[in-house]
Amino acid sequence: MKLELIDLHVSFEGKRILSGVSLVISPGEVHALMGPNGSGKSTLSSVLAGHPSYKVEQGDILVDGKSILSLNASERAKLGLFLSFQNPIEVQGVSVSKLLFHALKSQDPKLSFVDFKKRVSDVASKLNVEFALERDINVGFSGGEKKRLEVLQLLLLKPKLAILDELDSGLDIDSLNLLASAVNDLRSSDFSALVITHYPRILGVLKPDFVHVLSQGKIVMSGSKELASEIEKHGYGALVK
Amino acid sequence: MSGLKVLNEGYEEKYGFNDPESFVFKTAKGLNGSIVSQISAVKNEPAWMRDFRLKALDIFGKKPMPTWGGDLSKIDFNKYTYFLNPSEKTAHSWDEVPADIKKTFDRLGIPAAEQKFLGGVGAQYESQTVYHKLREDLAKQGVIFTDTDTALKEHPELFKKFFGTVVPPGDNKFAALNTAVWSGGSFVYIPAGVKVKVPLQAYFRINAKNIGQFERTLIIADKDSEVHYIEGCTAPVYSTDSLHSAVVEVIALEGAKVRYTTIQNWSSNVYNLVTKRAFAYKNAVVEWVDGNLGSALTMKYPCVVLKGEGARADILSVAYAGANQHQDAGAKIIHLASNTTSRVISKSVSKSGGRSTYRGLVRIPSGVKNVVTSVRCDALLLDSKSRSDTYPSMKVEEPSATVAHEASVGRVGEEQLFYLTSRGLSKSEALSLIVLGFIAEFTKELPMEYSVELNKLISLEMEGAL
Repeated sequence: MKLELIDLHVSFEGKRILSGVSLVISPGEVHALMGPNGSGKSTLSSVLAGHPSYKVEQGDILVDGKSILSLNASERAKLGLFLSFQNPIEVQGVSVSKLLFHALKSQDPKLSFVDFKKRVSDVASKLNVEFALERDINVGFSGGEKKRLEVLQLLLLKPKLAILDELDSGLDIDSLNLLASAVNDLRSSDFSALVITHYPRILGVLKPDFVHVLSQGKIVMSGSKELASEIEKHGYGALVK
Repeated sequence: MSGLKVLNEGYEEKYGFNDPESFVFKTAKGLNGSIVSQISAVKNEPAWMRDFRLKALDIFGKKPMPTWGGDLSKIDFNKYTYFLNPSEKTAHSWDEVPADIKKTFDRLGIPAAEQKFLGGVGAQYESQTVYHKLREDLAKQGVIFTDTDTALKEHPELFKKFFGTVVPPGDNKFAALNTAVWSGGSFVYIPAGVKVKVPLQAYFRINAKNIGQFERTLIIADKDSEVHYIEGCTAPVYSTDSLHSAVVEVIALEGAKVRYTTIQNWSSNVYNLVTKRAFAYKNAVVEWVDGNLGSALTMKYPCVVLKGEGARADILSVAYAGANQHQDAGAKIIHLASNTTSRVISKSVSKSGGRSTYRGLVRIPSGVKNVVTSVRCDALLLDSKSRSDTYPSMKVEEPSATVAHEASVGRVGEEQLFYLTSRGLSKSEALSLIVLGFIAEFTKELPMEYSVELNKLISLEMEGAL
């Protein structure tokens, strides 16, 4: 999948958050997006996934050359977009396994329950999240457990492009390595990712092809993965005026 | 009619069919002493029952319409038919049920359910019980499961001892109405020590237009016995209304356990005004599991009177109000003995301008020691047109009581919908999951067949909701 953001201007509740973001992610590429708090990183991930409260004021989002602005979140997911949430949402009374079944059914309506069980249990055991499958979605889970469940969904849904919004926040080193290498295993010419993070550690595992810095709703700097180490040494302040 | 169609989305194809009205006996429209006497005569009832009915009719006439709860102003008691008998007798095998009526119950899946998981089945069509069957092994243990009219003839002592003792005719206007014109319903007696592990089920179907259905159910669980009784109700979609006004009396003697599960799924032109009450004696347990879908107006407040020490009451209810529907439902617990406990969980969902009301009462008089009670009512609104009200009344006069009460009103969160749809679920699918999750505490208490059915109904309601 080729994703193109063209001069994207986005507002939320009447307030302008993104003011002209342009970015091209080609198939097989991993891009990192860094930037200080409040720079608009999570807005970008929400608007890409089709959150109805974010309004595109100007510009366009193209997938393989076609605008997806008129598509809702469900339709975008079916195209192969996936968002790993920074703060995964709790849903009382709905089990993780029920969500997974519905989600996988949306890709393959003929999926049998037996095949579903098998697919899920393989991936769940790899990520140590079997305990969570019959529990309500994200209810009572620790921050780290929630992130594991996001990656579980990612691995099962096999998107063409994944947006990982602060996958690393709230994770200890072991979990971070486990999840980052699981994502790394997906790397192929059919898979690309936008990794939103504050910290270069995850980038040590995921090895992005490009690093971008977002500040005040604009990409102010782009470079190779060395840019991430520069940021770690000097902070955003030195790079962003 | 097209408007009605929308209101009953999914209902019509499944339950909204109607069959031509046919009957062997039918009273004239309207209500008076001669009609009541006619009903009693056609049933060959003893004189005491006829007099009891007439006395109740008198009370009905004197009691004013309730002015609280829902809007009852459109009910015109003169336009209903109070008794309509579609068949000569109650059959005990489905083959004996008149073909057209059997077809109806076939479509509703009743004979199949009986074979699969039920200990006994009763089926009422209009005013008459058309089918009744109890598994032989249960009959051998002395279990009685029959229609209430037959019970009056075959078990007169038991009947007279308990009938009208839990819900007397003077209790409220609709209980008086039911007592005057009752017909059909289930009569259950479980002998001491007998534990019936499979549910007994009754199914009530209104078919004709402008009819009143007034079944009367009496359940007596003798000492240390156990029973689970289930009832389901449906009616076709007509543009004119029908009246369903039932009375249910449950007596759980010392150590008995009774669970009464109701799934009512009326079309949106039915007035559903029901009095359900149970007496729980020493160490008895009574559980009302009460699901209300559809109807124009439902007013129903299952009640448990805890009369003996150690008795326990559990009332779990769910109400779903769609367009032009008002669910005024709740629970009543009266603690009359020390060391009794009660729990009420009420869940309501309102959509497309529907209105759900929780109206509840917990009473703990002074001197009744160490009562523990908890009441929780949660409401979920699916849009800004819909409405939810809560009127929980806690009359606690006793300082030793432990009382917990929680209420919440929520809207379906945009973030939850976004999260689920971002995984590829459609919006209506996501909404169904959220609503079903909200009522999961209720559905998990239902037998599998019922929870599957209820989930299907709710999912159908959610289609086109957004």
